[in-house]
Amino acid sequence: MAGPVLEMRSIVKTFPGVKALSDVTLTVQRGEVHAICGENGAGKSTLMKVLSGVHPHGTYEGEILFDGEVCSFKDIRASEEHGIVIIHQELALVPFLSLAENIFLGNEHAKGGLIDWRETLKHASELLRRVGLSDHPETRVADIGVGKQQLVEIAKALSKKVKLLILDEPTAALNDEDSGKLLDLILELKKQGITSIIISHKLNEIRKVADSVTIIRDGRSIETLDVKSAETTEDRIISGMVGRDLDHRFPERTPHEAEAKAAPALEIRNWTVHHPIDQTRKVVDDVSLSVRRGEIVGIAGLMGAGRTELAMSVFGRAYGRYAGGTVLKDGKEIRTRHVAEAVEHGIAYVTEDRKHYGLNLIDNINRNISLTALDKVARRGVVDEHEERKVSERFRKSMNIKTPTVFETVGRLSGGNQQKVVLSKWIFAGPEVLILDEPTRGIDVGAKYEIYTVIDQLAAEGKAVVFISSELPELLGMCDRIYTMAAGRLTGEFSRAEATQESLMRQMTKDKEVTR
Amino acid sequence: MSTDVTAKTPAPAPPGKTGGATGGGLLQLVLDGLRRNMRQYGMLLALGLIVAFFAVVTDGDLLLPRNVSNLILQNSYVLILAIGMMLVIIAGHIDLSVGSLTAFVGAFAAVLTVQHHMAWPLALVLCLLVGAAAGAAQGFFIAYLGIPSFIVTLAGMLVFRGATEILLEGQTLGPFPDGLQKIGNGFLPETGPDTNYHNITLLLGLVLIVFVVLQEFRDRKRQQEFSLDVVPLNLFLLKIVAIVASVLVVTMLLASYKGAPIVLLILGALVVGYGYIMRNAVFGRHIYAIGGNLPAAKLSGVKDKKVTFLVFLNMGALAALAGLAIAARLNAASPKAGLNYELEAIASAFIGGASMSGGVGTVLGAIIGGLVLGVLNNGMNLLSVGTDWQQVIKGLALLAAVGFDVWNKRKSGS
Repeated sequence: MAGPVLEMRSIVKTFPGVKALSDVTLTVQRGEVHAICGENGAGKSTLMKVLSGVHPHGTYEGEILFDGEVCSFKDIRASEEHGIVIIHQELALVPFLSLAENIFLGNEHAKGGLIDWRETLKHASELLRRVGLSDHPETRVADIGVGKQQLVEIAKALSKKVKLLILDEPTAALNDEDSGKLLDLILELKKQGITSIIISHKLNEIRKVADSVTIIRDGRSIETLDVKSAETTEDRIISGMVGRDLDHRFPERTPHEAEAKAAPALEIRNWTVHHPIDQTRKVVDDVSLSVRRGEIVGIAGLMGAGRTELAMSVFGRAYGRYAGGTVLKDGKEIRTRHVAEAVEHGIAYVTEDRKHYGLNLIDNINRNISLTALDKVARRGVVDEHEERKVSERFRKSMNIKTPTVFETVGRLSGGNQQKVVLSKWIFAGPEVLILDEPTRGIDVGAKYEIYTVIDQLAAEGKAVVFISSELPELLGMCDRIYTMAAGRLTGEFSRAEATQESLMRQMTKDKEVTR
Repeated sequence: MSTDVTAKTPAPAPPGKTGGATGGGLLQLVLDGLRRNMRQYGMLLALGLIVAFFAVVTDGDLLLPRNVSNLILQNSYVLILAIGMMLVIIAGHIDLSVGSLTAFVGAFAAVLTVQHHMAWPLALVLCLLVGAAAGAAQGFFIAYLGIPSFIVTLAGMLVFRGATEILLEGQTLGPFPDGLQKIGNGFLPETGPDTNYHNITLLLGLVLIVFVVLQEFRDRKRQQEFSLDVVPLNLFLLKIVAIVASVLVVTMLLASYKGAPIVLLILGALVVGYGYIMRNAVFGRHIYAIGGNLPAAKLSGVKDKKVTFLVFLNMGALAALAGLAIAARLNAASPKAGLNYELEAIASAFIGGASMSGGVGTVLGAIIGGLVLGVLNNGMNLLSVGTDWQQVIKGLALLAAVGFDVWNKRKSGS
């Protein structure tokens, strides 16, 4: 049959308060490897969830044609029956079951409810061989590395008679060698007639395996390029990804002239952190950076660049395993082995994941704000509710938290207001250095502006601000200096004048070989 | 105040609209509050209905002064345990060992006072220390070694039950010295003019009423100072009348029999003390924080391990107190004392508004939950319902209470 294997036409997907996809059209040719790229939050993963039935038919607008048929998948099972299999960033294998059991999970070779082990093992070995694994099918998943696990996921997909394989950032968690193997396998499967969609940030990867690339930006499909054509350079892809105009508004900022004589408020030297489980992986690799008082320093990077991991490990070693490096505050080395120690030294970390790491969602605004520095409103271990109330009312006004009372449960607030509560709680702690991790993620434009104003104000008061963000316009609009990170390393440093979206993105998509 | 407000009121944001505020009038607020505290108000209501029901079907026997006095004496230990258990559950843990620990402490007390004739006040202090130490040991494994509390306290349940039998050599040991007995079944002394009522109890009841009413008015005034929306005046007065009436009824009932049991005073002190800690102390706040969202609490600098450790230490001390009360009431230490009390305490906490995932619950809730179970017990005893059916009914009551809460939460979508 000729013609494209998949057509997604004018897909629109709305979540309460956010339009994740506003108009996406995607055409995938039969037997090709089709890459999708775009910034964090552009809508790539949402699009794939629409395709695979995670967001069922009826919850989105638009039309999906697969093999020339109109599809209306009500769940993942329905899409898998048609041969569309998605492999998510987080692997979905059961660690304490064997490879064979995992491959056929939910799809067992069974007779009358009993598993046919002979058939299972035989078929599993065949599939494992096909993906280039020589491990025994009875090995537990927990006993093999992440790279191999990714291959097991593909074996699992093959067992389902896959026609279209979707890989969501498959190499994000892999080392170079495993990445290489995986990419080779995708090419091998292509020869066998399997079409693949691969979501990736790594441009060199896209060049290696993909035939065409569709660029998604702000919930829209921008363009589809032929990767093999000479015109499709990495710069061409980058300009497609960042092509947005700088139409966001930022508070007027007089860029801070760094006083070279004073020691930086916070300096990180040669910071290295290993993955908490996989000790062979350096999640943060020999990073050194500094921030002065009154300065806003940005850290740009794509998913998996190690920005959050860097921040959290510096902040009381709240992530991973420390493998070296020092932290200096005002030129003196300090210890930040626990969160409490970091807080004592005047460091605050405002998390990117406010629901999991920032707030007690079942408690009220009042108590969430006071938690970081309860001692400030307590005498001899007893909280003065009077004082506490005054503090939270003050932040409600100064941060413009929109709520009927400060006793409203935080979980019932909008994202923007929740973010203001997280910020309030850390400002209340009275830090000198604030590390803000994606402080405007998932909140609307108006609230964003308010948060920018607060950040600007913090810097004007002489606090040192580290601003981690995936939105380049935001960094360009707010920061005095911007570092870029990729794959756990620092890949660049730009002054406000030097930085452009293109120059940053180039350093953010640099892979290891290129950097060295 | 060493804090500084760093953010000025932001200028009206030019682009787009700002985050949506949730509007709503006063009525909405009251209804909201009611709905969100449904479990507790609902349980208070259920408690009232259960009391009324049994009062009717027992021809008023349930509310006879002697029976009310008995009801308190019978349930005091579970209520003491329920307070500690509530803290444990709010912190996101569970303690299965408390029933066995009460038996162990009772046995220890018997060995000290009966076999070794130790002075009872000294024995009492030693018993509380032993309970705290047992709790601390379990807390150490849970907090610092990261062994799940279910496992650690399941082990503790077996260990302490076995240790009890070892201490007592399978025998029942008693009687206890008079002083110790008083904890379990003593009453306040009789003094003053002959009024047909127990004078000190009347006085205490009166003091309590004055205290509570003053407290309520102070709270209200404070809230108004902050220009907080307060409950409408008539509703507020209704609440005051209800509180005064119920305290008065219980006081009169107790005063017309032997007066207030000593264990009731202990219990009252615990409720006030722990209620205060959970509401106002930094320690209490930290318990709610680690139960509500452990990663967020850790990242806020809460010393989660220390808090967990102390919660279990405290549970041990309260279990010891409960153990002394049981032993004193039965006037003997028995290897089978406190059997299944951990389950009653856990059930009380859940009926009273605790959540499996932690972070919610109040001390008063645990007491209400415990009283629901206690009145069910007592009422069914009066009706001569066998223990077989009692267990079935109590089980269903637990299921209904928590089921109602889950249903209510799903309906309100919160």
